[in-house]
Amino acid sequence: MNPHRRSPFVVVMTVLVFLFLYVPIFVLVLYSFNASRTNVTFEGFITAFGPLQMQGSLVVQSPCGPFHWFCDLTRNQEVMTAARNTLTIAFVSTLISTLIGTMAAIALQRHEFKIKPFAQLSLYIPIVIPEIVMGIGILTLFSQVFTWVNTTFNLPPDLRLTLGMGTVIVSHIAFSVPFVTLVVQARLQGFDPSYEEAAMDLGANELVTFWRVTLPMLLPGVLSGALLAFTLSLDDFVITFFTTGPGATTLPIYVYGLLRRIITPQVNALSTVWILIVLAAVFLIQRLENRERA
Amino acid sequence: MSVYAVELRDVVKTFHTPEGGTINAVDHVDMQIRHGEFFSMLGSSGCGKTTSLRMIAGFEWPTSGEVFIDGEPQGHKPPFQRKVNTVFQSYALFQHMTVFQNVAFGLEMDKVPPEEIKRRVGEALAMVKLTGLEKRYPRQLSGGQQQRVALARALVKRPKVLLLDEPLGALDLKLRKEMQLELKTLQREVGITFVFVTHDQEEALSMSDRIAVMSYGKVMQVGTPVEIYERPRNKFVADFIGETNLLDGTVRSVDGNSLTVFVPALNAEVRALHQGAFHAGQEVSLSIRPEKIRLVEKPTECANCFPAQVKQVAYIGADTRVIAQVVQAQLRVWEQNMVSTLDPDAYFQQNEQAWALLPPENLLALPVE
Ligand SMILES: Nc1ncnc2c1ncn2[C@@H]1O[C@H](COP(=O)(O)OP(=O)(O)OP(=O)(O)O)[C@@H](O)[C@H]1O
Ligand SMILES: [Mg+2]
Repeated sequence: MNPHRRSPFVVVMTVLVFLFLYVPIFVLVLYSFNASRTNVTFEGFITAFGPLQMQGSLVVQSPCGPFHWFCDLTRNQEVMTAARNTLTIAFVSTLISTLIGTMAAIALQRHEFKIKPFAQLSLYIPIVIPEIVMGIGILTLFSQVFTWVNTTFNLPPDLRLTLGMGTVIVSHIAFSVPFVTLVVQARLQGFDPSYEEAAMDLGANELVTFWRVTLPMLLPGVLSGALLAFTLSLDDFVITFFTTGPGATTLPIYVYGLLRRIITPQVNALSTVWILIVLAAVFLIQRLENRERA
Repeated sequence: MSVYAVELRDVVKTFHTPEGGTINAVDHVDMQIRHGEFFSMLGSSGCGKTTSLRMIAGFEWPTSGEVFIDGEPQGHKPPFQRKVNTVFQSYALFQHMTVFQNVAFGLEMDKVPPEEIKRRVGEALAMVKLTGLEKRYPRQLSGGQQQRVALARALVKRPKVLLLDEPLGALDLKLRKEMQLELKTLQREVGITFVFVTHDQEEALSMSDRIAVMSYGKVMQVGTPVEIYERPRNKFVADFIGETNLLDGTVRSVDGNSLTVFVPALNAEVRALHQGAFHAGQEVSLSIRPEKIRLVEKPTECANCFPAQVKQVAYIGADTRVIAQVVQAQLRVWEQNMVSTLDPDAYFQQNEQAWALLPPENLLALPVE
C-alpha cells in the first residue's frame, strides 16, 4: 500500500475549506465590477469607455470602463477622509506600539523582577478577552477621565477632551502592544547573549551595541510585529466603534454606516482595495519570515 | 610595563543557583599571567574556567578580590574599556555583517580612519588565511573559517591579552589539530598574551607555556606542561593529568629530597622522591605513571623491585598495556614496543611471572588530602 496515498476525505475537506474561505471574497471582488447600481445580482461588466451613461439602474458606459466604481470611490470625499483617518491611525499606532512592544520584549527577556510572571500573563489578556469588553472598558475609562479633567479644570468648550482620533490611536496602541511583544519575544528566544558581549568586547558601549548589533538581529521580528499591528489597526471595527468620535471615522466604521443605507458596488470596490492592501502586508510578513529561516 | 599581563588576586565569584543556594564558581583564585605567555586554564566541566575568563573580559564582576590587567585594577570597568579581546566558543560572529564588516567593527569603535581600517583588516585576514572572503556572510563559511574570522576580529584590535574560551571545541579532530598548531604559531608571531580555556589536556599540554589546573573553582597547580605532568603537587593533579598509579603509605624517614615509605600493599619499604615538607610517621600517597614502571623477566639491580604477575594484557601498537598484580597492589604498566617483531615471546602474556621495577626517581610522594 502506498503510504503517501491521499484519502479522498482529506481532498474533499481541503477543497471545501478553501471554497468556504475564498468564494465569498471572490464574489465580493466580482461584484465591485458590477454594472448594476443596486448590486443585487451580477449584471455583467461595464465594457464601454466614455462619458457616463445609465440605463435605469445599469451603468452602460463609464470614463473608467469596468473600473467605474473604483473611480467613483476616489470622488467620494467621505471615503477619502475615512481612508486618510484609517491610515493615519494605523501608522501612528503601529509606530508607537512597535516601540513599546519591542522594549517590553527586551525588558522581559533580560531582567528578572518580582512582577515578571504577572507582566507576561497580562500580555495575553487583551488578546483573549472579547473585543467588545475591551472596547467598553476603554470607552468607560476615557469618559470617566475626560469628564473629571473637563470639570475639574473647568475647560472652555473648544479645549475639552473628547473622543476622536487621539482616543482611537491610544486604544489601537493598547491592543497592538501585546501582539508586537509576543512576536519580538519569539525572535528573542534563543538569542545568544554572546553577540552583544562580542560587540562590547570589541569596544561598543551599550547604546552602540543595541543599534549596531541587537536591533539589526531582531529586525525581522520587529518588522513582522509592526506589520501585524498595522493590519490589526487597519481592519479593527469593534474597539474603534467605541472610542471614535466626530471627525475620526475610519473605513470599517464608514462601511458599516453605508450598509445601513444602500449598498452600491462602491462598497465592494472599497473592500477590494482594502483586501489588496492587507494581502500585501501579509505577503510581506511571509517574506520576512522566510528570509529569516533561509 | 607591569610584571604581569593579567593578575587575579584572591578572586571569588558567587552565583545564586535557581534552587536557592549559592555556589562559588571561582573560589579564592590567585593567578599571575606573564606578558607574551600562552597560558591555559584546564579543568573538567563546571570548574570555573569560563567564569574566570569572563571576569577578565569584564562580562562578570568578581564578588570579591580584584582583577588586574597590565597592572591596573579593573574594578567594575565595562568590557569596552578593557584592553583585552575575546574569541567566543560560539564565535558570536555578527550574522548581518560580512566578514570584512565583522573584522572592521572593533576598529570602527576605536574611530580608526577608514583607510587604515581597510589596511589592517586586510592584514588580519591574511594572517588567518582568509584573504578573498571579505564579502561573505558568516553563514556562508565553514566552521573552521568562522573560527578564523572570530580570531581575526579579536586580533585586529591588537589587544594586550587575547582570551579564548574553548575556541576549538566545535571543530572536528583533524581541523582541531591543525588549528592548534596554527594558533600556537600565530601567538609566537604576534607576541600577544593568550589566555586559553580548554578541558582537553592534550591540547593544553601541547600548546601552553604554562597551565593552571582547576577544580571546583580552585586552582590546584600552575606550572609548565612538564612540571604539571612530571611533578604534580597533589593527588588531584597527578590523577587528572594523564594516568597514574597511587599507592598509600607511611613515611619512615626523610633524607634530603628522598623519602623512605612503608607501603602496606607492597608489604615493603620503598624509596621515593618528594618536593614538600614531610616528616616521619606522616601518611602519604605515592604516584607513579604507568610508562615509568619497568616490567622485566629478571632484574639486574633491585631498588624498589617486586615480583609481579601479569593479569591483563592489551596490545595497542605503540605500547602494550598491562595490569600487573604486584604483591597486593594492582598496577597499570605501559611497556613501549621498542622492537618490531611477530614473536609472541617478545610481548607479555597473561599469568606470566615477572618483576616490576619502581625506580625511586619515578615515584613521587604526595600529601594525602
Ligand atoms: N550565571 C550563572 N548563574 C548561576 N550559576 C552559574 C552561572 N554561570 C556559571 N555558573 C556555575 O558556575 C560553575 C562554573 O561555571 P563555568 O561556566 O565557569 O564552568 P567551566 O569551567 O567553563 O565549564 P565548561 O567546561 O563546562 O565550560 C558551574 O557550576 C556553573 O553551573
Ligand atoms: Mg566554559
